[in-house]
Amino acid sequence: MKTFQKGGVHPNDNKLNADAQAQVLNVDGVLCIMVSQHLGAPSVPIVKKGDKVKRGQALTENTAFVGSVVHSPVSGVVQNVADQSDAGNFTQPAIFIQPEGNESEDFISDDPALERDIKLSPQEIIDRIKEMGIVGLGGACFPTHVKLSVPKDCKAEYLLINGVECEPFLTDDYRLMLDKPDEILVGIQILMKALSVNQAIVGIEANKPKAIALLKEKAKAYGGITIEPLKMKYPQGAEKQLIKALTGREVPSGKLPIHAGCVVQNVGTCFAVYEAVQKHKPLMERLVTVTGPMIKEPRNFLVKIGTPISALIEACGGLPESTGKIIAGGPMMGKAISHLNLPVTKGLSALLVLPKEQAHRGEQQNCIRCGKCVEACPMGLEPYLLHASVRNRRWDLCEQHHITDCIECGCCQYTCPSFRPLLDTLRLGKNKVNQIIRNRNTPSK
Amino acid sequence: MAEKIESPNLIVSGSPHIHGPESVSKIMWGVVIALMPALVVALYYFGLPALRTVVVSVAACLVCEWLITRFLLKKPCTIQDGSAVITGLLLAFNLPATLPWWMTVLGAMAAIGLAKMAYGGLGNNPFNPALVGRVFLLISFPVAMTTWPVPEAVWGMADATTGPTLLGLIQEGASVDQVWQSLGDKPVLSLLIGHRAGSLGEVSVPAILLGGLYMLCRKIITWHVPVAFLGSAFVFAALLHGANPQAYLAPGLSLCTGGMMLGAFFMATDMVTSPMTPWGKIVFGLGCGVLTILIRNFGAYPEGVSFAILIMNAFVPLINRGFKPKRYGC
Repeated sequence: MKTFQKGGVHPNDNKLNADAQAQVLNVDGVLCIMVSQHLGAPSVPIVKKGDKVKRGQALTENTAFVGSVVHSPVSGVVQNVADQSDAGNFTQPAIFIQPEGNESEDFISDDPALERDIKLSPQEIIDRIKEMGIVGLGGACFPTHVKLSVPKDCKAEYLLINGVECEPFLTDDYRLMLDKPDEILVGIQILMKALSVNQAIVGIEANKPKAIALLKEKAKAYGGITIEPLKMKYPQGAEKQLIKALTGREVPSGKLPIHAGCVVQNVGTCFAVYEAVQKHKPLMERLVTVTGPMIKEPRNFLVKIGTPISALIEACGGLPESTGKIIAGGPMMGKAISHLNLPVTKGLSALLVLPKEQAHRGEQQNCIRCGKCVEACPMGLEPYLLHASVRNRRWDLCEQHHITDCIECGCCQYTCPSFRPLLDTLRLGKNKVNQIIRNRNTPSK
Repeated sequence: MAEKIESPNLIVSGSPHIHGPESVSKIMWGVVIALMPALVVALYYFGLPALRTVVVSVAACLVCEWLITRFLLKKPCTIQDGSAVITGLLLAFNLPATLPWWMTVLGAMAAIGLAKMAYGGLGNNPFNPALVGRVFLLISFPVAMTTWPVPEAVWGMADATTGPTLLGLIQEGASVDQVWQSLGDKPVLSLLIGHRAGSLGEVSVPAILLGGLYMLCRKIITWHVPVAFLGSAFVFAALLHGANPQAYLAPGLSLCTGGMMLGAFFMATDMVTSPMTPWGKIVFGLGCGVLTILIRNFGAYPEGVSFAILIMNAFVPLINRGFKPKRYGC
């Protein structure tokens, strides 16, 4: 079985919700749609207080190439356009919608029948994907149409589909693969057409044998799609590691996957692409895993974007008494949130509730130079050295030792026997060095 | 959100939010466990004197570290991490069982005070503390440090109470044949089970291998240092032996004598004082092996493992600089 070679760790996969079928969770009350739910230029609201909106109506506009828009998941009235704190506790503009009536945009098709024929041309597909607000649902929320617009000097050879779900606890991609295999495969064919590539490889880790078997069986009916089981290893779902595992290629330092001839998309994104292109449906809902060792009924919910996350936790039996930490996303790369007053966004894959005894870090000790961080780093960096360089504010050394290559996977900190906050400092140093490089490259006035 | 939702007190920190199974104390106590087979053999062969030396050495290391953290550094006590116990055990393993107890205490003070705490404690020391302690004693008390009790003398099963080590014999000009004769009727068996004079923890090759295997399985050490160390020593010794079989020990015998095994598995693999990357570890191991054979055969001392490892310790920062991990995408 294939995998990437360099570094990586093997956390317990803890897929508590693997057998919990996805269920639709409808919540009454106001929805809060964050104005910008993507990586790139911020969007601008085009509705105002008191406006009536239909289900599927665009709420924002974005003229930038690296930009995306959001749509109303319900028919209703705009109650307010105001600030709302996001998962990182930054204040961001948001649109609050009071559901009312039952009006949908006419172009949306709610017919559940599988639509296999792809009628749109490649350019039309890319335009549709942008218009429907599709972003990478693996967590980074990078606008999908940008990845599909291949630069002139590059050529896409492979479309790689990420069904790895290497983060412990997460099961939303797994459930989607079991519930919507055909839709995902059609979505892959749409992406293949948009990129004009003739081979797509779906990477799935070996802890999901049912998904591997099901997709292998279904893929026989679709040309050019291979299903590749992968040996379990974190961070296999990281773009660069997945490319290495599936094609043996490496993305050159500082370059994009397309420079290695690859485009990587998540299975969730493939499903959203299917809905957008075949059913003309904007990205208005997603699967969210609600899980944790103390959660009474760990579940996977299909929820509307903008649903309060407290409603999801309520639906799982409420917050356990011993809750110490709530994480938006997985335990390796997710964000710890400080309050429950947050809406579901396009990038929210899971809510992980950890008990108090698992919420604290271990006591930091001296570095014993064991080299485990070096061994674990999938990018071949030396975290111990970068950590020391950042602490000494030696940004020159940080840059010289390629801190900007860090993918923030957290393997170094996970493996450090001295509980040193390696990723905290590396993240800081990486931002600082990126800033220095930007300043250097901008010509002074 | 319209209404404010009651939030519990949540802990917020950067990712990752989970941690692997390893910790410093688990690693250190793992090494202590790995040292147990060799300790049992030492107690069997050398009896109460060995027990006394081990207890005095470990206790002196712990007390010394506690005193320094408490009164000089005024920092929280660090002895519970287990590293001082390892230093104490390894120092004792490198001493003759019958060494006077106060010399052991001096060695422990040099190991912990001079080689470890003076640099800032665990993780900051460039040289292996136990080896610094041993070399300190060897230079200060050369006679006491080379007076070796004969195994089982304490049980009244041996004629003499002290005897020379094999490497000592060679140093004094004995031929390889005479060395073999000194091992008795079944030389190979004696050699393998550790029935020979020497430092109390170094004599039993199988016990050390057992401990080394345990550390490999627990991923406390990797194969690189021991394999490179023993491999290069074997090749170098084979070349010398090939040139003059009477003057130089056979390579297999070379590996089983002195502190070679103890050094390769327990001293050179010390995380703090060995390189970070696989290639760095291999270079480090090669250096240790070659230097050991050089010192043994051409130096003033019969045994060279301690000096070889300490010399290579000094090269570690350079090795770390020269042997970087291979980066992704370049």
